Amino acid sequence: MNIPAELKYTKDHEWIKIDGDVATVGITAFAQNELGDIVYVEIETEGETLDQEEVFGSVEAVKTVSDLFMPVSGEVIEFNEALESAPETVNSDPYGDGWMVKIKLSNLAEVEALLSADDYKNLIG
Amino acid sequence: MKNTALNDTHTALGAKMVPFAGFNMPVQYEGVNAEHETVRSTVGVFDVSHMGEFLISGPNALDLIQKVSANDASTLTIGRAQYSYLPNDKGGIVDDLIIYKLKETQYLLVVNASNIEKDWNWISQHNSMQAEMRNLSEDYSLLAIQGPKAVEAMQSLTSVDLSAIKFYHFEVADFAGIENVIISATGYTGSGGFEIYCKNTEVKQIWDKVFEAGAAFGIKPIGLAARDTLRLEMGYCLYGNDINDTTSPIEAGLGWVTKFTKDFINADAIKKSKEDGVKNKLVAFELVDKGIPRHDYPIVDADGNQIGIVTSGTMSPSTKKAIGLGYVPKDKSTVDSEIYVQVRNKQLKAKVVKLPFYKA
Repeated sequence: MNIPAELKYTKDHEWIKIDGDVATVGITAFAQNELGDIVYVEIETEGETLDQEEVFGSVEAVKTVSDLFMPVSGEVIEFNEALESAPETVNSDPYGDGWMVKIKLSNLAEVEALLSADDYKNLIG
Repeated sequence: MKNTALNDTHTALGAKMVPFAGFNMPVQYEGVNAEHETVRSTVGVFDVSHMGEFLISGPNALDLIQKVSANDASTLTIGRAQYSYLPNDKGGIVDDLIIYKLKETQYLLVVNASNIEKDWNWISQHNSMQAEMRNLSEDYSLLAIQGPKAVEAMQSLTSVDLSAIKFYHFEVADFAGIENVIISATGYTGSGGFEIYCKNTEVKQIWDKVFEAGAAFGIKPIGLAARDTLRLEMGYCLYGNDINDTTSPIEAGLGWVTKFTKDFINADAIKKSKEDGVKNKLVAFELVDKGIPRHDYPIVDADGNQIGIVTSGTMSPSTKKAIGLGYVPKDKSTVDSEIYVQVRNKQLKAKVVKLPFYKA
């Protein structure tokens, strides 16, 4: 299972890439594999400021739906509009073109508590 | 947790295995959309050996079947099968099933895996006429070979002319080097093909030869996830989702397999509900707004009042539309009626449509 070392992770199977005070967020290769074929990514929180672990959207697979949780607190400043017409990108490139939102961090201290690639690898066994 | 006789085969193929009705079952191999497309366009194979099989024999076999099932099994001739259901005595449904007439006084009942024990007890309890009953579920396997290329791809495996077996007919014949296999022109996909009943000890040989014969046609193994999307595009009921111990067979649209020309359990009450009319109907709908309906989501009116419930829903892999089945009041059950599905905090507009969702 692909778990890039340079990213941080959550127990809810999101990855987060920190760049200054902006973070890019998506779901992990493990998560997309568990969900199966993804057919719809719904994110209607652009412009909203949300707390850590609040729901920022949902991802629908053929068989199931799953909420998406904020890995850190902040403002949702952008969502990946390309997913509207090509949600399957989350399956094919979860850490690249399948990214979901960009967040402007409001509490940098929260980043410390995120999981490392090794921590996440242990979590999913 | 039980395994089918092909468990190692599925694991070796890289299937994702999930618990279903007490069995480890392959839910998908390469992905639900690709598997769905394989069945719609060519041919795919499902291991559905979790299904239950009861053999009912003897001079009183038909009497027992007529008493517990709603369809009229006396119309069956040897080599024909029939879709039916077992009504309970409280207005609901014990299970739906297929009944095969094997011999003049011998029938095979094929029931849902999740209901094997319940059905066995229910039928046994009503067997006052002492028909012989045997539960073959643990010893028999079932492969569904489905898709428009199934006939052509499988013909080399049998001496029977597969193209001559009509829908809901079957032959007991040689198949893949095994004698006395049931080759049944039935299925749960709407794309045509066969269901093959054989002993657990024979199924690996059959599976292997089916894949050899089908290789040139692009045959692939298909998991339960695609089985569900395929059946839902046809609007076929799934026990536990669309029908259960409390759903009315008339509301569920099973009137066509309910025959009052004979007596059966709860026939009087079902007849009365048919004559008096029922409050709700199971309908097919498509979402107009973007989203996906799921089992147990509320169906609401324009003001947000709950009027019904979604029993099955998915994104249709064939049409790319969000589709579902659900119970609504009769006045909302006609084609083009506007209903709404409550998806978490939103009401999504939907419209009632005609089945099937997709013409395979």
